[in-house]
Amino acid sequence: MNDKGYALVQGNEACVEGALAAGMRFFAGYPITPSTEIAEISSQKLPKLGGKFIQMEDELASMAAIIGASLAGIKSMTATSGPGFSLMQENIGYAAITEVPCVIVNVQRGGPSTGLPTSPAQGDVMQAKWGTHGDHPAIALTPNSVQETFEYTVKAFNLAEKYRTPVILLMDEIVGHMREKMAFKNISEIEIINRKKPACKPEDYVAYKPDKDMIPPMASFGEGYRYHVTGLTHDETGFPTNSNEVSEKLIKRIVDKVEKNIDDFSYFEEYKLEDAEIVIIAYGGVSRSAKSAVDELRKQNIKAGLFRPITIWPLLEKQINKVSLHAKEIYVAEMNLGQYSLEVERAACKNCRVKKINKVNGELITPEEIIEAIGGNYEL
Amino acid sequence: MADEKLLLQNIPWCKGCGVCVGFCPTKVLKIKNGKCVIANSDKCIFCGQCELRCPDNAIYIGGKK
Amino acid sequence: MNCSEITNQYYRVNRLPHIWCAGCGHGTLTNTVVRAIDKLKLNKDEVVIVSGIGCSSRAPGYLDFNTLHTTHGRALAFATGIKLANPKLHVIVIMGDGDSSAIGGNHLIHAARRNIDITTIVFNNNIYGMTGGQFSPTTPYGDLATTAAYGNIDKPFDLCSLAQGAGATYVGRATAYHALLMQKLIEKGIQNKGFSFIEGLSLCPTYYGRKNKKGNPFKMHSFFKEYCIDKKLVDKDPEKGINKILIGEFYNNPQPEYIESYQVIIDMLQG
Repeated sequence: MNDKGYALVQGNEACVEGALAAGMRFFAGYPITPSTEIAEISSQKLPKLGGKFIQMEDELASMAAIIGASLAGIKSMTATSGPGFSLMQENIGYAAITEVPCVIVNVQRGGPSTGLPTSPAQGDVMQAKWGTHGDHPAIALTPNSVQETFEYTVKAFNLAEKYRTPVILLMDEIVGHMREKMAFKNISEIEIINRKKPACKPEDYVAYKPDKDMIPPMASFGEGYRYHVTGLTHDETGFPTNSNEVSEKLIKRIVDKVEKNIDDFSYFEEYKLEDAEIVIIAYGGVSRSAKSAVDELRKQNIKAGLFRPITIWPLLEKQINKVSLHAKEIYVAEMNLGQYSLEVERAACKNCRVKKINKVNGELITPEEIIEAIGGNYEL
Repeated sequence: MADEKLLLQNIPWCKGCGVCVGFCPTKVLKIKNGKCVIANSDKCIFCGQCELRCPDNAIYIGGKK
Repeated sequence: MNCSEITNQYYRVNRLPHIWCAGCGHGTLTNTVVRAIDKLKLNKDEVVIVSGIGCSSRAPGYLDFNTLHTTHGRALAFATGIKLANPKLHVIVIMGDGDSSAIGGNHLIHAARRNIDITTIVFNNNIYGMTGGQFSPTTPYGDLATTAAYGNIDKPFDLCSLAQGAGATYVGRATAYHALLMQKLIEKGIQNKGFSFIEGLSLCPTYYGRKNKKGNPFKMHSFFKEYCIDKKLVDKDPEKGINKILIGEFYNNPQPEYIESYQVIIDMLQG
C-alpha cells in the first residue's frame, strides 16, 4: 500500500481483504483453480488475526465446516470454482433451510465438469440460483473490478448476517485474476452488520420463531441457548415436523425474507442509459468490455447504454423492466450460452427485443464482438 | 435399604420389545398386551439390568437411594 | 416426568418416545452416551452433539444439549468447523455405519488423520435402516438385505481398524448388550484430547434381524453376549479370539491435537 492508501491488488486478494474487514475469522476450502489464491491468502492472514483456516478433504466438507463454525458464532467463508461449487450445493441448501449465515465465493471457470480450469466463464449463473434442490432463497453478487470485489465481499457478509442466509459472491476468472488499483478504506468507515442475537433468556428462546422482519434471532452454540438444528423441515422450535401447513410456512418465509427485501440490496450500475435506445446488459468481467463498447458506439452516433447488475440474484426485475420500457433493443452479453438473458426476457415482458451475445470458448467477450453484434463498425 | 428402592415404569414409552423381560434374572417382568408389565415386584433385586438395556427409558429404578 | 433422574436431566423428554423401532439398539446406545456425559459432569451448555442422516442420527434431537442434525455423511465436517470455531466445546458426533463409512468415509479418515479433538460414536447396525434395509459397508459377507437379495458379496469394513489406521488416537468397540463397557469407552474417548472413535454394535430387529433370521431383540442381544470377547483376554490367549467379535479398548495413544498445534502457530504469529 502506498502512503495514499492505494495498492496494486489481485481480485482474489481483494476478496480476502474484504472478508477480513467484514469480520471473517474462519475459512474452510479445497484447492481449485482459479480460486486458490483466496484459500492461500486466507491461510496466511487468518492466524495473524487469531482466526483459523482449514484445508478440508473436499468441497462438501468445506461447506459443512463453514456452517459449523458459523453456528459456533464465527463469520465464515469458503471459496471455490465450478466443480467445487457443484459439490457444495447440498450443504448450501442446508445453510438455507437452517438459516446459517455464510459466504460462498465462486470464481467461475469454463464448464461443465472439469472444463477449462484456467479460463473465464459465467456458466454458473443459474446454478447460483437453483444449484441446490428444493425452493430456497438465493442472494448472489457479481463484482466487476478489484475495488468492487473488496466492497461486495463485505456486503456479502453483511447480507448473510442480516438475513441469516448463505450469500454467493459470483466472481469470474477475469475479475479474480486481474490486478488493479485498490483503495484500502479505513475499517472504521466500512459498515459492518452482525447477526441479530436473542434478547430473551435461554429458557424462553424459540430458535426458529421469526421477528416481524421474518428473521429469527440466532444464538451461538455454547452460549447457553441449547437448541436443535436440522435440515429436516421444522417448526418454530427447530424440531422436525411433517405438517403440510408448517412446512409451507417455513419455505415461504425463508424465500420471502430475501425476496421481499430486494430493495435493500439492489446493487447495479447504469451507464449512459438516459437516452439509450440500445441497452447492453452485462455483468462481471464482460461488463468491462460492454462499457468500452458503449463508448465506441456513442462515437458512431449509436445511442447505446449499459445496465450492469451487481446483485445478480434475486433478479433486479423492477430495474430491468424499466430499462425495457425505454430501450428499442436489449443485448445481454455473457460468457455462457444464454442464462441471465432468459431472466432479462422475463423481466422485459416483451416491451422490447432481447438479443443475446454469447461465448463459451474460455475467452472474454471483447468490445469488438459486442459492437459487431449490435451492428456498429469497429475499425482497428 | 433395598426396600426403599422402587421399580418404576413409563408405560407410554414402552414398545414391548421384551429386552428387559429377557434379561431380568428373577422373572419380575412379562409382556402383556404389547407392553412390559411388572408381574412380580416382590422378586425384584434392583440389579438394574432392565434399566441398563431398555432402549426406551421406559423402566427404571427410583425411590430413595 | 415419569422417568429416571438422568433421563429427566439430559433428555428433551417432551420429544420422547423416540422414533426407533421396538428393540432397536440405538436407544440403549444413546443412553450410554448420556451416562458417560453425566459421569464426566460436563456442562450441558458446552456439549454439542452432531449427527448425519439415518436412524442413528435422530439421537441428538432427543438430547438436551446444543444439537445439530446435518446432511448424510457430513457430520464430522460440520463438527470440525464447530470445534475450530470454539475449542472449549465438547463435540460428540453420532453416526451410523453407512453414514460414517460409505457416504461419510472420506470425512471420517480425514478427521481421524488430523487428530482433531472430536469424539465419534458409530451406532453400527449393519444395515441402512431408515431407507428400509439395504446392505451397508458393515453388512457381513453373505448376509441378506433388500439390495443383496442373493447374499451380500461386498466385504465388510472393520470400522475400528479403519479409524486407527487413519490416525484416531483412541479406539474401542462395545455393543448395546455391553452397555457399561460402551459407557466407559465413551468416557475415555471424551477425555482423550484428540480424535476418538468408539464403535457401538447395535441391533436392527426390524430389517437386518428379520431378513437374516436373527430372532427377537433379546436373542440379538444374547448373540453379542455369546460371541463378543474382550481384546485383553485374546491378547493373553489368542485361541480365545477365534470366530469371536473383539470388544474393549483397542488403542489409546495420545498424540498432538490439531487445534492445539494450530494455536501454537497463532500464538507465535501474534507474538
